[in-house]
This record gives sequence, C-alpha cells and structure tokens, in this order.
Amino acid sequence: MSEFQILHEKSPVFYDVYERKSEMQHQTHYCPGCGHGVAHKLIAEALAELGLQDRAIVVSPVGCSVFAYYYFDTGNVQAAHGRAPAAATALKRSNPESIVISYQGDGDLAAIGTAEIVHAANRGENICVFFVNNSIYGMTGGQMAPTTLVGQVSTTTPWGRRANNEGFPLHVSEMLATLEAPAYIERVALSNAKNVMKARKAIRKALENQKNGNGFSLVEILSPCPTILKMDPVVTRHWVDETLTAAFPLGVYRDKKAEIPVVLPPQKSVEAVVGISAKPAATLEERAARHAHTRELSIKIAGFGGQGVLLLGQLIAEMGLREHMEVSWLPSYGPEMRSGSAHCHVNLSHERIGSPLITRPQVIMAMNEISLRKFASTLAPGGLIIYNRDKLPEGFTAENARIVCVPASEIADGLGSAKVANVVMLGALLEETECLPPETVVQVLKDTVRNEKMLALDMKALEAGRMYVHSKVQVGAVSGPDGFSY
Amino acid sequence: MRQLCKGNVAVVKAAILAGCRSYYGYPITPASEIAEYSALLIPQVGGTFLQAESEVSAINMVYGAAAAGKRVMTASSGPGVSLMQEGISYLAGAELPCVIVDVVRGGPGLGNIAPEQSDYFCAVKGGGHGCYRNIVLAPASVQEMADLTVLAFELADKYRNPAFLLTDGFVGQMMEPLELEVKDVKEYEKAWAVRGTAETRQNFVSSIQLEPDALEAHVRKLEAKYKACEAAEIRYETYMAEDADVLLVGYGIVSRILRSTIDQARAQGLKVGLFRPITLWPYPSKALAEAASKCQKVMVVELSTGQMVEDVRLAVNGAVPVEFYGRVGGNVPSVEEIYAELCSRVAAMV
Ligand SMILES: Cc1ncc(C[n+]2csc(CCOP(=O)(O)OP(=O)(O)O)c2C)c(N)n1
Ligand code: SF4
Repeated sequence: MSEFQILHEKSPVFYDVYERKSEMQHQTHYCPGCGHGVAHKLIAEALAELGLQDRAIVVSPVGCSVFAYYYFDTGNVQAAHGRAPAAATALKRSNPESIVISYQGDGDLAAIGTAEIVHAANRGENICVFFVNNSIYGMTGGQMAPTTLVGQVSTTTPWGRRANNEGFPLHVSEMLATLEAPAYIERVALSNAKNVMKARKAIRKALENQKNGNGFSLVEILSPCPTILKMDPVVTRHWVDETLTAAFPLGVYRDKKAEIPVVLPPQKSVEAVVGISAKPAATLEERAARHAHTRELSIKIAGFGGQGVLLLGQLIAEMGLREHMEVSWLPSYGPEMRSGSAHCHVNLSHERIGSPLITRPQVIMAMNEISLRKFASTLAPGGLIIYNRDKLPEGFTAENARIVCVPASEIADGLGSAKVANVVMLGALLEETECLPPETVVQVLKDTVRNEKMLALDMKALEAGRMYVHSKVQVGAVSGPDGFSY
Repeated sequence: MRQLCKGNVAVVKAAILAGCRSYYGYPITPASEIAEYSALLIPQVGGTFLQAESEVSAINMVYGAAAAGKRVMTASSGPGVSLMQEGISYLAGAELPCVIVDVVRGGPGLGNIAPEQSDYFCAVKGGGHGCYRNIVLAPASVQEMADLTVLAFELADKYRNPAFLLTDGFVGQMMEPLELEVKDVKEYEKAWAVRGTAETRQNFVSSIQLEPDALEAHVRKLEAKYKACEAAEIRYETYMAEDADVLLVGYGIVSRILRSTIDQARAQGLKVGLFRPITLWPYPSKALAEAASKCQKVMVVELSTGQMVEDVRLAVNGAVPVEFYGRVGGNVPSVEEIYAELCSRVAAMV
C-alpha cells in the first residue's frame, strides 16, 4: 500500500493511547456501533474548536460511559450513579472558570438521578449536560430504562414494557423545558449523517453557552446500543431513526438566556463575620476580682412557649459571661419537649461546668403553675423558687424551699407589655440572690435590646421586679402561701 | 474575647476560620442551624452556600467541591446521614477530604429530634460500603465544637479522608462561652485536585478500580493510611483516673455528666475516674486499656443501647469487667441516676 490520507484526525482532546485502560489501549471499550463513541467524538471536537480543553472537566456517570475518563485528555471526575449533576454543580461553583460537562446515560440521569438533574436545571447551573438516551440500561445488561418504549422488551420487561406496570417513557427534554432557568435544551439523534451534523452543532452550542455564562444547557442524544438491542449496528441506527425518534421527537425545546438576577450579600472580613473583636480575654486578676461579686447558681427557667423563657436564660448566661464566669445555657430537651412548654437550664459557675443539664436546680423560675408543680420537687434543698403569681396555688407546698411570689405577668401588663414579664422575673432574681452586679445586667440589656422603646420598658420591668421583692421583704417572715415563705 | 455562642453556630464560625468557603447541605433538626448560619455567614466572606435537594445530592456536591480542592463541609443528623453514606464511601474511596457534622438525634428511622448517641456505628464503623474509615471527633462543649471543627479540616486534608464531627443535640443546641481567634490555617498542597486548568488537566478523581489487583492495592493503600492515622491522631481526656477503682467511660455530652457524677462520687469517698475518647476513630484503645488495667471495673455510659461499649470491650479485652448503662429516646441519665447505677454495680463488685 502506498500513501494514504488522513481525512478525520483524532481530536487532540482525546488521549492518543488510553493508558488508564488496562488492555487494548488503542481502541475504546464501547461496542461497535455504539453511540457513546460518536458522542465523545463530537464533544472532543467541539472542545478543541472552542479552545476549551485546558478548562474542561468531564464528570462521568455510572453506566457504559463510566470510563469516559479513559479517553478525554481533560480534567476528569467520576461520580456516583445519578449524582453527576450534583458533583458538577459544586465543581463549577468551586472553579467558575472551568467548563464542566456532566455526561450521563438515561438510567443514570432519568431514573436514579431524576432529582439531581431537575434541580441542577432548575438552578440554572452553568454546566453542560450531555444525556445519552439509548432506551435501555447498557452496562448492566439490558434492563428497562425510564426511556424504554412501551412494548419494548428488556431483561426486566420480558413481556414488553407495559404502561400499566412500568408507566410511560419519560420525556426529559420536554419536562426540563417547563422550568424557568435552563438556557438551552435540544434533542438530537446519532442516527444518520445529517442528524449527526445537527448533534455536533448542538453540542458546540451548549459548550459556547457555558463559556459565555448563559447557564444550563442539556443536549439529549438519541443513540444506538446495538449490543443490548441485539441488532446489527446499521439496523440499530435505522431503529433510532424511525422508532426511537418517533417516540422522542427531535428539536430545540428551549433556547433562551434566562434572566437570572445576581444578588450578593455584603462582603465582610472574617473577624467581623465570626465575631472576633480586639478586646483581650480577662486576666486572672480581673476574673478573681469579679468572683467576689458573683454567685454560683444552677437555674431552671420554665413556662409556656412565648413567655420569653429561653431568652431570659440567655440573658442570665450572657451576664455571667461578662462577669468572667463559666456559664452554660441549654434549652429543654427530653420527653417533655413537645406541647407548648419551654424550659432551659442555666449554670453560673467559677469552675469548668460538668453537666450542663440541671436535675437539682438551686433556683427555679416558674412562669406558670404547671412548671411550678412539675419542677418544684427537683429543687435542691434550701433552694429558691420564683413564681410568677402573687401567691402560691392552693394546697401547694414545697418543703425546704425559699419561695418568692412575684406577679410578673400582671406587673408587665401594667407596664404596657406582657412581653417583659421575663425581665420582671429577672429583676426579682437579682434582688433576691444578688448573683450578678446590677451594672452588668443593665449593660447586657442595653447591648441586646436594640429597640429604644423596648429597652426603656425592660428597664422599668427590671426595676419593678426588684422593687416588688424589696417591698415584700420582712424580717422574720413566716412560712405561708402569701407570696413569701422562708 | 469570649462570646456566648451555640454549639451549632460555633461549628460554622470555626469552619470559616479554618478556611472553609463551601457548604452544601440539607436541613434536619437538630443540625439545621449549621445550614442556616452557613447560609448567613459563608457568603459574606465570599464563599458558597447551597441548599441541596436532598442529602444524597448534598454529599455529592461535597464530593464535587472536594474534588475541586475546596475545604468543604456539610451537616446532618441520623436519617440524613443514612442517605449520605453512599457518597461518604465514594469520598473515602476517592480519597477526598471533607468535614461532615452529625448532630445525632433519636433513631432508628425517623425516631425523634431529641439527642442520642446512636449514630456511633454509622460514623465510626464506616456506614457505607467497602473497607474504609472516617476520622471521627466527638466534642463535649461549645468551645470544642469550634476547636475540633478546625482540627477536622486539618486532619481531613492531611489524610485526604472524610472527617466526622460526631456530636448531639445537646452540644449542638447549648450555649457556652466561646473564644475564637484568627489562625494561620495550615494549607495542604492539593496537586491532585481537578480545577479545570492546564496544570490540573491530567488529574482524575474516582473510586473505581476494575482490576482485582489494582483494587486490592488501592484498598491496601487506604489501610496503610488508616494505620498511620491511628499511630498519630489519637486524642482522649481523663479526669481523676489515676487512682480510680471504677473507670467511667463516655464521650460527648455524656462525658460531662460523668464528670459531675465523679465529683459527687469522690465527695462520698468513692474512687471513680473518667476516660473520655475525643477521637472515636482512631479509637484510643491502648490508653483506655492502660487506664482500665489499674481499675477493678469499667462502666460505659451512652445515649444508646450500647454501641461504643463494643470498642471499649475490645480495648479492655476481658482484663476487667465492663458494665454498660444506656438511655435512649432523648432521655438523659441524670447525675443521680448514674450515681445510683454506679453504687449498685460497685456494691456488686465488693
Ligand atoms: C447505586 C447504584 N445502583 C445500581 C448500580 C448498577 N448500575 C450500573 S450502570 C446502571 C445502568 C446504567 O444505564 P444507563 O445510564 O442507561 O447507561 P448506559 O450503560 O446505557 O450507557 C446500573 C443500574 C450502580 N452502579 N449504583
Ligand atoms: S452496551 Fe450499549 S451503550 Fe454500552 S457500550 Fe455497548 S452499545 Fe454502547
């Protein structure tokens, strides 16, 4: 033989030798007549023409094209069955300059991966999806795909696909075209020379879209699988041309650049975002000095949801923190969590706190009667109960407890907002226990309550709680349900 | 400066300090705040937050971001972590670093949203298919939620492996003082990452190895990596364990309840100490065996019907009796309850 002329040179996007493959390194693993090889070729040529080889990342799926990475001399990532669009999403967002291709079969994309493709399309991810619809599962040996035609025999539809059992073939392009975000969706077929030319154009267009930042493009490629369909390659092409195309009409289903507004949150420094300020940690001396003014306490605060129980706990913890104490705040957890009740555990300590869970509180702040009855028996001996009423419920006794009744909700109502009942209770706690210095309390309220009106109200509530307790203190008071029992 | 901070929020802040700018996740109580705060904070420092359509998708986004060389995190709980297991196996197989936070809730199935420690098996024993390991860290305080998050990112990168922060609804939901500082994050060269550039063009991320010999070699390589990790990364804490007759073993929130129990027991003259694993994998087996060898009894407490206790029994290897006490469903044993349990078992001992 003399000279021959190379008419179609191999695309430079393909490796010359498929070294990732263990044998037959000069030929692909695809069956003769398989559409995957043609689709690969069209993609490789388009990448070369557009000069995108260095930027390209091909995400291969699970299916016959799981080995796409044998051939493409591009970045390659192999994804789990159906998840290529999810992996591609993050690959693209991680490196927006990259050109990310999700290459998927119909089992991969339209069965196990339906959620991933719908949502990637719906987000308008700026990626290209090349979707090879060969109507069947190739790799696993010919089971039904979502795209298998009604009446078509597969190993799992031995009597032909029956719509009453397996449903109808899934039309992915049509379905995705109902979404707002996708930029471009076209169905093409590798069935004859003319259609292959159209497929070439569609693939190129999808890649150009991504290059130009237009958003999500999907090209559905009807493709022959002679091996599984048990037909000669030429006959399979005809079958695709006639039968498959009849069920899945070719054409452009979407071609518009979606208007997707870009909204970015304000950018800040890391320090600002995580809340690091220059103020140094307290010195040992500072801590020690403060300790003289603070009292260790374990406090359980309980009431209905909406009574500010959790917030009250947080305020106390914040105050303790500013006094350089060890503090912990834990919202209610456990079997009683359901229904409208809420409670939290607050520890103020000078030492490392062991269990943040308080089972024997030194202080119980009960915002309602249910809480009082529920938790009173858990009070540590000699502990304090602050109860949100002017007197104890009839027949209620708590041995060995110091009980302070403060009609906090009434006082709060009188001040003009039921919301500040928790702060009235706080005032009572501080007056009664002197666990934290008054300046700190005021400062914390000032820092936490941004609304000036509300702050003024809180200050009044705090004072009212204090004064109420103060006015009630009697020397030598006796036990009784009058609101004060010692 | 110390700030009052929730455990779940501390994770997000620490992740940002650790250089994490990618979060992909799906909400589930009691881990949702990690997604919410990531959504709030990460985009403000130029990062990506994306709520995926499912945990299946989320973990595969983590896979993509990790393949692209990013420090990436996700968080979930029981049912969501179950869904992520396939992806985690792929991440381990492809040797991709990432951080997965599991704020454990009650199971099995939908269970409830109260804290448990019943995801121990699924984090520590693999959970997905194949021979692989997750690095698993178990914080017990808000400060540790932050510190161990930073460590998780470092270890994940160092070993090119998924790292778990295995915590629970208590530590996730509680508030404590938190001290944060801007650190010099140790950067790991990721020459293997697929970034879509000329330099990384030949890179390839995958977990598939069709040839039996090639796959065996790969799995052996992973095995050797895990051995190296076991040799270098064990972390644990003890409290009054030196002279203890009874060694209490517990991790996470339980270790703190045990600490209080020990204070109470010591006040009553009982010599009780604590062994608290901080790394659940690699497990501090040797140190535990040593601590246990000085005692007469070991008692393991978990918020499960008994998962970590299996590792304790393996470590102790019959040298001393190992008792177990567990509560589930969101019920947490009180100090008094454990103390009573302890006393009855100590009584049985003498
Ligand atoms: C989670 C999971 N389930 C099932 C499989 C088995 N599996 C491998 S390929 C495949 C079907 C692929 O079919 P398709 O996407 O149509 O690709 P083709 O082989 O026809 O190109 C299946 C079910 C798997 N690898 N992973
Ligand atoms: S089985 Fe079908 S899809 Fe797979 S390589 Fe062969 S012809 Fe192609």
